[in-house]
Amino acid sequence: MDTSLAADPGPEIPPARWSGVDPMMPRPFTVKRVRKELADTFTLELEPADGGGPIRFQPGQFNMLYAYGVGEVPISISSDPDDPSVVAHTTRFVGSVTEALVHTRIGSLIGVRGPFGTHWPVEIAQGEDVAFIAGGIGLAPLRPAIYRVLSERQKYGNVVIFYGARTPEDLLFRKELQSWRSRFDINVHVTVDRATGRWNGRVGFVTQLIRGGGFDRHSSVAFICGPELMMRYSIQKLQEHGLGNDRIFISMERNMKCAVGFCGHCQLGSQFVCKDGPVYRFDNIEDYFSIWEL
Amino acid sequence: MVSRKGKTNGDAAAAAGAGTMERAVIDRDGLDALIAALQDDGYQVTGPAVRDGAIVPGRLATGADLPMGWTDSQSGGHYRLEQGDPDRMFDYVVGPQSWKASLYPAEQLLFTARRGEHGFTVDEPRIDAPRLAFFGVRPCDLAAIRTLDTVFEGGPFTDTRYQVRREGVFIVAVNCARSADTCFCASMGTGPKAAGGYDLALTEITAEGRTRFLIEAGSERARPILANLPQQPAGAKDVEAAETAVAKAAKAQTRAMVPEVEALLKRNLESPHWDQVGKRCLNCSNCTLVCPTCFCSTVEDRTSLDGHEAERRRRWDSCFTMDFSYVHGGSIRRESSSRYRQWMTHKLATWHDQFGMSGCVGCGRCIAWCPVGIDITEEARAIADSEGRK
Ligand SMILES: Cc1cc2nc3c(=O)[nH]c(=O)nc-3n(C[C@H](O)[C@H](O)[C@H](O)COP(=O)(O)OP(=O)(O)OC[C@H]3O[C@@H](n4cnc5c(N)ncnc54)[C@H](O)[C@@H]3O)c2cc1C
Ligand code: SF4
Ligand code: SF4
Ligand code: FES
Repeated sequence: MDTSLAADPGPEIPPARWSGVDPMMPRPFTVKRVRKELADTFTLELEPADGGGPIRFQPGQFNMLYAYGVGEVPISISSDPDDPSVVAHTTRFVGSVTEALVHTRIGSLIGVRGPFGTHWPVEIAQGEDVAFIAGGIGLAPLRPAIYRVLSERQKYGNVVIFYGARTPEDLLFRKELQSWRSRFDINVHVTVDRATGRWNGRVGFVTQLIRGGGFDRHSSVAFICGPELMMRYSIQKLQEHGLGNDRIFISMERNMKCAVGFCGHCQLGSQFVCKDGPVYRFDNIEDYFSIWEL
Repeated sequence: MVSRKGKTNGDAAAAAGAGTMERAVIDRDGLDALIAALQDDGYQVTGPAVRDGAIVPGRLATGADLPMGWTDSQSGGHYRLEQGDPDRMFDYVVGPQSWKASLYPAEQLLFTARRGEHGFTVDEPRIDAPRLAFFGVRPCDLAAIRTLDTVFEGGPFTDTRYQVRREGVFIVAVNCARSADTCFCASMGTGPKAAGGYDLALTEITAEGRTRFLIEAGSERARPILANLPQQPAGAKDVEAAETAVAKAAKAQTRAMVPEVEALLKRNLESPHWDQVGKRCLNCSNCTLVCPTCFCSTVEDRTSLDGHEAERRRRWDSCFTMDFSYVHGGSIRRESSSRYRQWMTHKLATWHDQFGMSGCVGCGRCIAWCPVGIDITEEARAIADSEGRK
């Protein structure tokens, strides 16, 4: 049986929409809503403050968010790509810029450049089973892809979400996971590395869930986002399951200072992860994946 | 590629062919007249100057500012300017600086943000770049400029800061009649004779016992300038003298890049040799700073003491620093060997995938300015040799 996909989706760069504006110049956006997701994770909903149009993006793309005077970091868009009225970013605070971002209040301004990068090509999975595999904050960049698939649910086969976090307190979008789980047309499997409090769910790594399957090994497409190690083990599990590398998509994280191919920081072999990625079909970067400190 | 109005385009110039070019022979006073003519046309002329014991690009007020009688001695970890033939003008080659700094300053302001009633506003600085004429661009550096054009203007995004500075730069190239010990442009196909991409090209020759210059026009806009210089027609002998001089420089090159280095490095990403060179490399970043094509940068954010004004600056960065590959939790390239591998494979291998050309033009700067004399050609050869031993 031929398990390769008919059309090579390749990494695509959506047409840049700069309309003469310099790609290094941020646009001011107003924070419309701040939602506390976890102790260290917040979702900011943004609206253009310059009278310009909304940001149209594809699932998996990211923006460069600028906190006044502090710095700029790449953050994936976590909202619905088919609802242009809002663009949301779910950010975990780990250092100076992300700290400044999570401390912004409603009405404050932040600078935005984007959207940048390749996207989760969910459209190529139509007619097939779809597996979303997320670790920790990695669910945020996948959420727009999940929205996209659910909005056209009838076009896909089985849809399954495997999600793992460190502890129950680290589970992102809990309410949404619960509402997805209550649907009859989607399978949601959640696990935590370490149980705390009143956790009655599964304990173990997300990779252990994949063994359970729930998707056809020959006609499935998997979208994975999480720490590199978690993606590595997930890929291994999928391969054992019989999934081809051309059916696995991952999102890479690298240091980024420009997002447009000028600064060189994001390089991975021949790739500028900012513009050739961050989303890759695994067979396109698999050779690099195994090389130490590339 | 973006449109290149008013800019010399290497391919176009090369395609125009030698037949449409104009040539002449000029003297020292012809050079003076050329500099004056460029200034009359509104160009700020930048050319070779002696500073701190090295040849670097500096502002030329008149032709008299051109250094005469210098040569250089270069080898691994060594550069020295020396007295040469007092009648020769271009017997030195490239120094520690390149034209990169004029097109892409080591530090530049990206924007200023000011706190206002409603958050902040962002202002882009105006770039008041003078119209520049680069005088004395060596063939390797001409190739390096073409490389930077591709990096900053050839992709889906254009760096407008680079574009503004690059637009309309007038290039007077100088073909090399002498190579330094560190030069390997012949093996990179970039020199010692410029193949196009210039407005005017000079070759220093000796005719009738005197130092003179064969001058060739490579662009339409250069023709009227050339026509107005005090000159003599170029005879077959002059053209031949120039060819001979350049051929001699090519032959004198002691270093060469190993053939098919792109494929060689790509199949040797896990060679034990990287550890070996990683032990010698000090990770000082000198090589990336002197390299005329290294383009990596980082940004710096600052705020005024009262917090009312913030700015974002871009400055040259180097893949040899630990911060360069930092992501939360640590750097990707912690080992010196990984960083050297990143630099060398980028220059010689992955650059081809990214930009359709080599990232190294064979100028030899990184060899001369490496404090421990690491030589990119020798490292490539060592990797090639290690394959033979396998
Ligand atoms: C394409 C992409 C999408 C991302 N999406 C999200 C998201 O949706 N939500 C989220 O919380 N985080 C996301 N990240 C990670 C986020 O960019 C980092 O957490 C952030 O840069 C840390 O900056 P800091 O100044 O707070 O931390 P510090 O630790 O102080 O970082 C210092 C600098 O190092 C760099 N850096 C540090 N960690 C990372 C990292 N993990 N990735 C890239 N650069 C880093 C940044 O340039 C940063 O300014 C994404 C990263 C990439 C590359
Ligand atoms: S790598 Fe070295 S020889 Fe090659 S262009 Fe850069 S400085 Fe010159
Ligand atoms: S190769 Fe030489 S110049 Fe480059 S970082 Fe290492 S020690 Fe410095
Ligand atoms: S982030 Fe600057 S080149 Fe990719």
